[in-house]
Amino acid sequence: MEKHLLIGATFCLLVSFGYTMFALGAGHFRMGIVNMVALLGGFFLLTMDLWIRGMAQTSCPINSLFDVLVFMCWSILLICLLIGPVHRISLLGAFTSPLVFLVLLAAQSGLAGAPAESRFLRDPRVELHAALSLIAYGAFALAAVAGVMYWLQDRQLKSRQAGALLYNLPPITEIASANARLLVLGFSLLTAGFAAGFFSGMQVNSMKFLASAAIWAAYGAILALRRARRLPPRRTAIASVLAFSFALAALPAIQYLSSPK
Amino acid sequence: MNIVCAGISHWNAAVNIREKFAVGAHELEETLALVRRIDGLAGAVIVSTCNRVEYYTASVCPLRVVNALRGFLHERTGIGDAPLYTHDSPASVRHLFRVASGLDSMVLGETEVLGQLKRAYEAASGFGATTRHLNKLFQGAFRAAKQVRSETSITRGATSVGAVAVNLAGKIFGDLGGRTAMILGAGETSELTARSLVSRGVRTVIVANRTFDRAAKLAEEIGGLAVHFDRWQSAFDNVDILICSTAAPHPIITREKIEPLLAGRNGRPLFIIDLAVPRDAEPSINELENVYLYDMDSLEQIVRRSLDVRLAEVVRCEKLIDAHVGEFVSWMRRHTLREP
Repeated sequence: MEKHLLIGATFCLLVSFGYTMFALGAGHFRMGIVNMVALLGGFFLLTMDLWIRGMAQTSCPINSLFDVLVFMCWSILLICLLIGPVHRISLLGAFTSPLVFLVLLAAQSGLAGAPAESRFLRDPRVELHAALSLIAYGAFALAAVAGVMYWLQDRQLKSRQAGALLYNLPPITEIASANARLLVLGFSLLTAGFAAGFFSGMQVNSMKFLASAAIWAAYGAILALRRARRLPPRRTAIASVLAFSFALAALPAIQYLSSPK
Repeated sequence: MNIVCAGISHWNAAVNIREKFAVGAHELEETLALVRRIDGLAGAVIVSTCNRVEYYTASVCPLRVVNALRGFLHERTGIGDAPLYTHDSPASVRHLFRVASGLDSMVLGETEVLGQLKRAYEAASGFGATTRHLNKLFQGAFRAAKQVRSETSITRGATSVGAVAVNLAGKIFGDLGGRTAMILGAGETSELTARSLVSRGVRTVIVANRTFDRAAKLAEEIGGLAVHFDRWQSAFDNVDILICSTAAPHPIITREKIEPLLAGRNGRPLFIIDLAVPRDAEPSINELENVYLYDMDSLEQIVRRSLDVRLAEVVRCEKLIDAHVGEFVSWMRRHTLREP
């Protein structure tokens, strides 16, 4: 059942991805009803999948790298659906679908192992720590997507070519604002997640601690520099892409070091 | 039943002819009543804009109506050899659908004409001058125009330097409400651009000109503030959009002058529109972070590209219009056969 739900979600994201590529090629790069329905469908199927596996594992279903990647995709879609309309940048969804599609595909390719099958009973604070941290990853992923959009729009404006993308991407100041707010949201969630982990008294491997602290410090530094007006929007956008790349690369190691043995 | 269209437009008549054919709002009811007296004519809609004056009528005997319309217009305008064009269906239907979609406009793809058609149709309908066929015709035209606009790029981009500048400002700042623009050198193009920006919500316009009186006059006209030309830098902190068009023989906006001013802007973007030839702004300014510099060449290039994009879309638009014309003509045939 869960397998079919995941395949269905991946298919929804593929439809959204394909539609985005088609629309880009045709020069009508808009969110559109197809994209919105595909994203909502993908989100719904992922929610169902997580629910069933969560019930089976009697815990938040983030007990293997596979689980973590699927949960992260769900977080990305959740924040995208909540934040996109608020910031009037529905195109965030169009840019997000390729990322979520690729992560879901990677999760199901076998490289990330299989879903956890055992039953796990853990301290709820540890569960909260893991879930908040992964939702923070979702916000950071969207900040990176907004960063890419900013970079593209900046290039369009600087090149003075006024291509199709310029007219279809949101105003650059709105993208910069969304990028900054997503960074703040992600950082707040990550900090809350770390606090939950700290108060749970969980034993943490020093490597995991260092990797997690490095991610937290990287985002903290971006926000501090931005607040001190030492990091202009373009550099913030680039920094958010680099920081997420680092966080994503570190994710398998963090998951391995924190998975129940 | 047949749809007959008779009229003149910017394609075949100069403005001195068009103004004689124009039908003002105050005389529309009377003119419609006179036209409806034509024998064999069931209903009429008169479209009168600055670029065209067209009569759309429903009739069972098109030839008689065309001749009568020619006579009516001759009598009304006093012009006997007016370059009047006439179409009957399906050419008249296609013509209206093309007009509604902006394909027959002076600026290809412009959207203002659709609003003008809607108002003309509503007025005629309000005076009870439309028939079932004309209602269906105009609703079909609005549907065709909507599809053409949403499914093609016929309205993409801007087709004048001022409109391009306003579009770009929107792509940088989003909502222009509350933004501040500064004009350096009160030339005609900069004035037009500033007016376009004000119409889109720019709150404050600061005008600096070598002749202060000219700056003060322009500032008064557009509700802005005038500053002495040599003090423009002191008023720069709040400026979002800088429009320059001075007659200076060398750049007056240099990297050395701008860089220190950017420090006090807290990362806000700066959009510089350089309309001067020779250029007022050093090209290397565009390399600065958060600064977007467009000169006359780059703005005109965007205008040309927009027009090229629109031209390339015409074939797709015509295909969409063909489908709508076919649909209307089939409907008309079906409903003409059923009528007693």
